Amino acid sequence: MKPRKKKSKRKLIAAAIFLLALHLAILLAGFVAPCPPAEQNRDFPYVPPTRVHFVDARGHLHLRPFVYPSAPRLDRLYEYTEARDQEYPVHFFVAASEYKIAGWLPSHTHLFGVDTPAQIFLAGTDNYGRDQFSRILYGGQISLAAGLLATGISLFFGVLVGCISGFYAGWIDESAMRVAELFLVLPWLYVLLAVRAFLPLHISAAQTFLLLVAVIGTIGWARPARLVRGIVLSARSRKYVTASRGFGASDAYILRCHVLPHTYGTLLTQAALLVPQYVIAEVTLSFFGLGLSEPMPSWGNLLANLQQYNVLVSYWWMFAPALVLVLVSLGYLTVANAFHQRLQSGSIE
Amino acid sequence: MKSSAGAKMWSSMKYLERRVIHAVLLLVGASILSFLFSSLAPGSFFDEMKLNPQISPETVAALRSQYGLDQPLPVKYFRWVKSVLHGEWGYSFAYNQPVRSLLMVRARNTLLLTALAMALAWLIAVPVGVWVASRRGRWEDQLTSASTSLLLSVPELVLALALLYLVIRTHALPVGGMVSTGFDRLGSWGQMTDLVSHLIVPVTTLVLASLPILIRHVRASMIEVLQAPFIQAARGHGISRSRLLFHYALPAAANPLISLFGLSIAGLLSGSLLVEVITGWPGLGPLLLEACFSRDLYVVIGVVMASTLFMIFGSLIADVMLVAADPRVRTDYASERA
Repeated sequence: MKPRKKKSKRKLIAAAIFLLALHLAILLAGFVAPCPPAEQNRDFPYVPPTRVHFVDARGHLHLRPFVYPSAPRLDRLYEYTEARDQEYPVHFFVAASEYKIAGWLPSHTHLFGVDTPAQIFLAGTDNYGRDQFSRILYGGQISLAAGLLATGISLFFGVLVGCISGFYAGWIDESAMRVAELFLVLPWLYVLLAVRAFLPLHISAAQTFLLLVAVIGTIGWARPARLVRGIVLSARSRKYVTASRGFGASDAYILRCHVLPHTYGTLLTQAALLVPQYVIAEVTLSFFGLGLSEPMPSWGNLLANLQQYNVLVSYWWMFAPALVLVLVSLGYLTVANAFHQRLQSGSIE
Repeated sequence: MKSSAGAKMWSSMKYLERRVIHAVLLLVGASILSFLFSSLAPGSFFDEMKLNPQISPETVAALRSQYGLDQPLPVKYFRWVKSVLHGEWGYSFAYNQPVRSLLMVRARNTLLLTALAMALAWLIAVPVGVWVASRRGRWEDQLTSASTSLLLSVPELVLALALLYLVIRTHALPVGGMVSTGFDRLGSWGQMTDLVSHLIVPVTTLVLASLPILIRHVRASMIEVLQAPFIQAARGHGISRSRLLFHYALPAAANPLISLFGLSIAGLLSGSLLVEVITGWPGLGPLLLEACFSRDLYVVIGVVMASTLFMIFGSLIADVMLVAADPRVRTDYASERA
């Protein structure tokens, strides 16, 4: 049993580090991304990912990585070759376009960049020649924020209803759980689309975002509520709760100090399960054109390019946001799995 | 003896009766909820017409009142309930016909797709799950669990897009729709193969998306049973491995799987929306999406209600099967009553 536990712990740490790094990169998108998300290079649509070289055409090894500028091929549309006459080394901490760190601190320093006329497109460009790598990072701000906020909303309502329902039992419990059952039985993707359909289509980006988050978050409160209720119900009848009540503790005090701490493990596990689910929900809605609209990048908007068959078939780098999405889900699910295992082994001991 | 069997029968009938009533109440609740959501809508199908200078505002108002959209919510709801009882399920503004006839065709296509996918997924998941449970901890088990975790984190959307990419790149299969053009001119064998070739991409996506969960559940419940003393005893009697696994262990591990089976029936109508839209399968998914964009109120509600109906129906079936399969559930219920 022991090596298994160790392995699961190692997995948890690896996944947590990966997620932390990714969230940090996305939070500091302005710094990590070489260009702003809406910057267009009309001369360079559908450029494949720029190759980063260490060995030049003459066979010399360079310690500093470099790129060749891409040049459109004259004989074919949307195809490029590397112009190998001159190497453009990749510089780190370069000054370029201004942005705001995490939305408020202005700065021009970017993690990396190359001198003009060369450009560095780590994940290629889209039909307007916008750098996909930068757009994935900026898009992550929206997709991940949607997932995290919606999870917060779900857990908040889940804890609220679950606590009241489990603690006071009786008819409150009965009716709350019937409503929860109702929400569980609804096909959530359908409901999400339906609710979105009933909301106005043309509103500002910030409003759309908040509405989306609110809708996604409120639909999912039922499962956490049921889990919390179960835990509260069993914690409430413990002897120390009765004792504490005997000492004159108020309901709020008992809930906060003796009952709620039991739910933390389950809540963390639920959160790790819900975040990827809600990120995917946002991606799905945006993919269908019901989420945020262009030019705001979100992972769903980026993937929506793949709805055109020619893009799907010809430009494989347009799948890059999908890869990031898979990695994010994998990270969160690994964390959820590790939490779940710990919780179960804890309850057996 | 006989009377006690009769009492048990009666009590499980009673149990099912309660479940059915519960299901009907849930359905009513769901319909009220969808109407409440719909009342949040500031616009309606006829709002687009207001922008058209050739249609007078009076005409729009007349249309609205003709379809009952100017009525207060409770009136709209009861009119809708009446129309459901008449078998119409409301009226589609965009298609200009009762919603039910629309739903029937689309639901048939969706069911063809999802039922096939579900059957295939279970046919694969049960043997694989049983097999890896019997090899717990060895490389086969570890490989399977690694690939199920990986598959679990690939969203259906990405899965469908990736499969489409492969298929279009290799020109192996037709893409989009349910049948090729000129389907009517094909012979019955040709029609069959044409339909199947269109089914492959969406079915594969659905199977791949549902496999990891199914395999994990089969494995988990099998592992629990394989540790039980009666399996040790059976093994001690020298019963062959495959007989032990499929004849002794699997039935004992069936309970959670039956519940899961009910859940997959529940998801039959609603589980394939994404895949249908992406692969262009003419099921309920594209219908709902179109209706969402055009604000075709009763179509949206109809589709949501149809899939909710399946959800509830599926969990009901799971309950019935559980009662039928496991005497413990019956006696539990009987003792609970007594």
